[in-house]
Amino acid sequence: MDFGYSINQSSKIDMDRASGDIAAQVLRYEPSFAVCIGCGACMATCSAGRFTPFNLRRLQLMVMRGQTDSVHAEAEKCMLCGKCRLICPRGINTRNVLLAIHHFTAPAPTLDIR
Amino acid sequence: MYDVAVIGAGIAGIEAATQLAQMGYEVLVVEKDGRAGGHVAGWDRLFPFRRNAAGLTAEMLKMMDRGKAVNILAGTTVADVQRDGQQFRIWLSDGQGITVSAVLIATGFKLFDARRKEEYGYGIYDNVITSADLEQMFASGKPVVTKKGERPKRVAFIHCVGSRDEKVNNRHCSKVCCATAVKQACEIKQMYPDAEVYCFYMDLRMFDRHFETMYLDAQAQYGVIFVRGRLSEAAESIDGRVTVKAEDTLMGKMLKISVDMAVLMAGMEAAEETDKLAAMLKVTVGKDGFLNPADECLQSNFTREKGVFVAGACTGPKTIPETLADARAAAVSIDGYIRVGSEEKSLREEIIGKIRNKREEIRSRRSRSEE
Repeated sequence: MDFGYSINQSSKIDMDRASGDIAAQVLRYEPSFAVCIGCGACMATCSAGRFTPFNLRRLQLMVMRGQTDSVHAEAEKCMLCGKCRLICPRGINTRNVLLAIHHFTAPAPTLDIR
Repeated sequence: MYDVAVIGAGIAGIEAATQLAQMGYEVLVVEKDGRAGGHVAGWDRLFPFRRNAAGLTAEMLKMMDRGKAVNILAGTTVADVQRDGQQFRIWLSDGQGITVSAVLIATGFKLFDARRKEEYGYGIYDNVITSADLEQMFASGKPVVTKKGERPKRVAFIHCVGSRDEKVNNRHCSKVCCATAVKQACEIKQMYPDAEVYCFYMDLRMFDRHFETMYLDAQAQYGVIFVRGRLSEAAESIDGRVTVKAEDTLMGKMLKISVDMAVLMAGMEAAEETDKLAAMLKVTVGKDGFLNPADECLQSNFTREKGVFVAGACTGPKTIPETLADARAAAVSIDGYIRVGSEEKSLREEIIGKIRNKREEIRSRRSRSEE
């Protein structure tokens, strides 16, 4: 019988189910990924984020929390201008982080790494 | 004839000298500036209770003078130091030489030169000032105004300028700027109740006893608005206002705002020529430029060099109460050193030896467990 309603997926971050695999891969490729403090300076200067909802700070966090479903499509929006790398007070190689996130969430490799 | 030479007549140097004098030592304080009191003497009011800063240093100097055992040499620097057995021979820039049993380094800090964060435009834009500039405006007793002499309707405080920033090679937190920003933001609101005041922060470090109350008052009583985001840049508009850009990280959106005045919370760096002095006295300097005590906990005023002591912000950013407590502790350490230092096997060596052994023990235990 169809009651005309369905059950919504929970919107909470379930750390018991989340996988840290991609975060671990990104970390191995670019260890400075670990030291983000979420200050948002990267986004304040972001060329892509000015016109799209692209947000590197959020992207980093999503990978760290294993919420990677939409991450690859998001990473596509980056223009690789590198301003975030100039501004980052933690000295993160943000460009490498972005490329790594893009690579490790892609159906086929996008970087030449073993 | 002096027993102890104190280098620096900021609050750390004055307090330590006063305490040492009370213990019966003859103290010479060498100060590079023309006056005693250091940074504090040039400040207007102090957090958390907005106590008058110049009043504090004046009171300290009065206390010191009461003993008549301290001599301050202003406008003088240390030219050279040589160890002579248990003692130090010190040559000063005025040509005089003195011999002392112990040296206390109390050289403090210097304010970060905000021009190094070029993207914030200090020294380029008219209405970008530093926390120290604002404090001088407050101290002048005149109303705070923009370069054109108008009262600001909107003011932004920018936290962490020159602190927590790998790009200027300053990893450390300068500790006092958050509380100073909140204090100054409230003071602006007090001066101009209808002004809008914003604080752009990365983390608000309200660590001390009364700081949370200040933060609460800033919100509840003064209506200061806090935005969590680090500035990417500031730009000057055609009418001389300042546009600042940040991500409002809690909103997840970019934010820009035009203000009449942007105040950069300049952080602390090790004082000028700390490294030179450290080399002269054989004290080790950390990667952050501040001096290393022999042990962070148990020997925080000792250095690895016998007879050389440290107090105040030369070992890292400190608040005023912390600095004063540190100076008193240094006086006690020096007293202990001088009293037992002449013995062949001093108490100090024993303690350091013990700590060293314990550390070796822990280290070897750790390396064993790693294998």
